[in-house]
Amino acid sequence: MSAPTSLPVAGSRTPGPREPFPDAARRALADEQLRHNIGHATKTIREKRARVVGELPDWEALREAGRAIKERVLRHLDDYLVELETSVQRAGGHVHWARDADEANRVVGDLVAAHGAEEVVKVKSITTEETQLNEALAERGIHCWETDLAQLIIQLGEDSPSHILVPAIHRNRAEIRELFMRTLDEAPDDLSDDPRALAEVARRHLRRKFLAAKVGISGANFAVAETGTVSVVESEGNGRMCTSLPEVLISVMGIEKLIPRWQDFEVYLQTLPRSSTAERMNPYTSLWTGVAPEDGPREFHLVLVDNGRTNVLADVVGRQALNCIRCSACLNVCPVYERTGGHAYGSVYPGPIGAILTPMLEGIDRAGSLPYASSLCGACYAVCPVKIDIPRVLVHLRHLEVEHTAREGGLRARLGPERVAMRVMAGVFGSRRRYEAAQRAARLGQWPLAHGGRIQRLPGMLAGWTTMRDLRPVPAESFREWWRRRSEPGEDG
Amino acid sequence: MSDARAEILRRVRAALVDVPAGEDPEDVAVARGYRTRDAEASREEIVDRFCAMVEDYNARVHRVAAPDLADTIGRLCREGRLRQLVVPPALPEQWRPDGIELVEDHDLEVSRLDGMDGVLSGCASAIAQTGTIVLDGGARSGRRAITLVPDHHLCVVEAEQVLALVPEAIARVAGAVRERRAPITLVSGPSATSDIELDRVEGVHGPRVLDIVLVERGATEGRVDVDREVGRTGSSAADAHGALENSCRSRPVPFDVEVREST
Repeated sequence: MSAPTSLPVAGSRTPGPREPFPDAARRALADEQLRHNIGHATKTIREKRARVVGELPDWEALREAGRAIKERVLRHLDDYLVELETSVQRAGGHVHWARDADEANRVVGDLVAAHGAEEVVKVKSITTEETQLNEALAERGIHCWETDLAQLIIQLGEDSPSHILVPAIHRNRAEIRELFMRTLDEAPDDLSDDPRALAEVARRHLRRKFLAAKVGISGANFAVAETGTVSVVESEGNGRMCTSLPEVLISVMGIEKLIPRWQDFEVYLQTLPRSSTAERMNPYTSLWTGVAPEDGPREFHLVLVDNGRTNVLADVVGRQALNCIRCSACLNVCPVYERTGGHAYGSVYPGPIGAILTPMLEGIDRAGSLPYASSLCGACYAVCPVKIDIPRVLVHLRHLEVEHTAREGGLRARLGPERVAMRVMAGVFGSRRRYEAAQRAARLGQWPLAHGGRIQRLPGMLAGWTTMRDLRPVPAESFREWWRRRSEPGEDG
Repeated sequence: MSDARAEILRRVRAALVDVPAGEDPEDVAVARGYRTRDAEASREEIVDRFCAMVEDYNARVHRVAAPDLADTIGRLCREGRLRQLVVPPALPEQWRPDGIELVEDHDLEVSRLDGMDGVLSGCASAIAQTGTIVLDGGARSGRRAITLVPDHHLCVVEAEQVLALVPEAIARVAGAVRERRAPITLVSGPSATSDIELDRVEGVHGPRVLDIVLVERGATEGRVDVDREVGRTGSSAADAHGALENSCRSRPVPFDVEVREST
C-alpha cells in the first residue's frame, strides 16, 4: 500500500506554523558561544559512543532485533495497548488514556489535585515537555520541581531544552555556575565551575523536595505489555527518587513506548545506554510493575498519550519514526545539529529524529521546513540503535511538503519558480534529445558566468543555488559526445 | 476516559489498514542473533571483567575470601567514617561487622534513612559485561529506598552471582517480576551526571560512593540460594546462571584491588 499523500494536523497548544528552520538556524549560527558548546559536547560523545559500541561484537544483531521488536509492536499496537492495560491493572495500577496534550495534562492535574498536593517532583520526560505539563499544572496552582540536573538548569534559566538527552547542552559550566549563583540559595559564595561542585548544589537544593514529595511524575522509556512493567533509564538517581519515594506515582507515556515481553529489555538495555550517554550501562535503571508489596508508591497511574502518534502510525513510510527510543545518537552525529543546536528546530524533538517526527506529529503545514534541515548524509541512520531510515523518511516528507504546498498554496504556489523549474528539468531529463539540446544551449549561455572553471554566481531566481556553493560549468564536450566521436568508424582505428 | 480509550484504539486500527487482518504479532519476524551467554569466558574471567567494569565507573571493588568479609566491611566503614548503616532485615549474620551500628529496615521513614551514614546490602545478581548490580527488592537487596537515600552504598556480591551478559541477568529476575512484582533496579557505579558539557561526573542524588565487596567463590559456608531464601520466586530463570556455574572453579583471593582512576 502506498503512503498517504497528506497528513492530518495534530492537536497542539501553540497554534500557527512554526518559525521556518532556515531563519532559526541563521540566528543560531551567529551565536559563537553556542556553536562552541554544542561542537565540543557532540564531539566528545561521538568518540565515546564509537568506542563502547565497538566493544560489542553483536551490535548489528542487537540493532536489528531492536528494530524488529518495534515493528512487531507498531503493526499490532492496538492489541499490545490492551494487553498492557490489563497487565498494569492486574499489578495494582491504574491506566488512563489521553487523545491529546490537553487531555493528558488534565488527567495528571486531576490526579495531583485529588491528593491535595501543591508540589510534585518530576523526572525528565520529553513526552511531558511535548504536552507542556508543567505550564498546565502551574495554571492549576501546582508547582512541578524538575529534578534532572539539566532540566533544573533549563527551569531556573527559564530556557527551553535543546537536546533530547542533555537538554542544557547549549550551556557551558561557566554559564551554569552564574545561573546557580543567581537563583539558588544553596550556592556558596565561592562556588567553582567544576561540574562536581555544581552537581553538589543541585543535590542539596532538591533533597528536601524528594524526601517530602507526596506525588512523583515520570515519563517512561519502556513499558512491557506482558507484565505491565514500566521503566525509567537515568543517571543521577532523581528517577529512582521520583519513582520510589512518593506515595503516588504518575507516569506519562507515549503509546509507542511499548515492548511486548519482559525478555525484550535484554536488547534495549544494551543499545540505549551505549547510544545515548556512551556508557556500557547508565548508572540507574528502574523497572517497576504496578504497585510492589511493601515497597515504594502505594498508588500507580499510567497515562497513555496519543497526541499525534496515530498520525505517524498511519504513514507507512514514516511509521518507523515511532521506533525511536530517544537515545539522541542521531543528534550527536548530525552535521546540521552540530552547527545549529537544538533550538533552531523549534521542537522538543530536535535533530534528525525531530526533523521527521515533528512534521508528522504536528502536521506538515506547521513544520514543513524541518525535513529540509538535513544534508541527507546518512550518519543518523548508521548510528540509530533501532535502524530508523531517517534519510528515507526525510525525502518522503519533502515530497509530501511539496505536494501540500502545491495543493494549499493555490495558483501562486503551482506557478512558483522552484516548481516550474523542476517541471522543466523533468522534461529535459526525460528525453535524450532535449537533454543534449539543453547542454548545447547552456554551453552558449554560460560564458559570461564561468570564471576559472567554476560558476560562482547565477543570475536572478537561480542565485539561491550558488549562495552556498560553486557550480561547475557545462564542459566543452560531454561524455556522450566523446563516446560517439570515438566510436565513429575511422576515428580511433 | 473510556471515550479516549475507544477513540485512540479506533485511530490505531484506522492507521494500520495496511496490516493484513489475519497477521499475528509473531508473524513479524524478530531475529535474535545477539549473544545470550558467553560460552568462551571462564568463571574467573567473568568475575575479573565484572570488577574491571565496576572500577571503570569510579566505584571501588574489594575482593575478599568469605571468612574475611565482615572484617573487610568493618574496615571500609571505619575508613569511610560510617558509624551507622541501614541493612535489610534478612542480611546474613556472617556479613555483619563488629563495632558498627546496624539498623534493620523495618519500613523506616525516609527522613531516618537520610540520617544514616550508609547502607549495607547484597544483590540479586551482577553483570560482568556492564559492571552492573541487580537489586530485586528481595531479602538481600532490601527495599528500594534503603539503597538510594544514604550517601554510601556497600554492596556484597558473591562471585557466583556474577553473570556474563545482560540477557542472562534479565532472564534471571524474570521470575521475581512475574511472581511477586519485584521492583528491579540496575545499578552501574555511583550516581552520576553527564549534563554539564556531556562530561561524566559522579555524585548527584543517589549514593555518591559505591563499594562493591566481592566474595570469592568457594569460601562461603552454608550459602543460601537467594531465590529460595526470598521464598517467592521461581527457579526457571536460573538456567543461564547454571550453565556458567558449571565451569567455575574455586579461587579465593584474599586481597583488595587497588582503586584505579578511570579516564
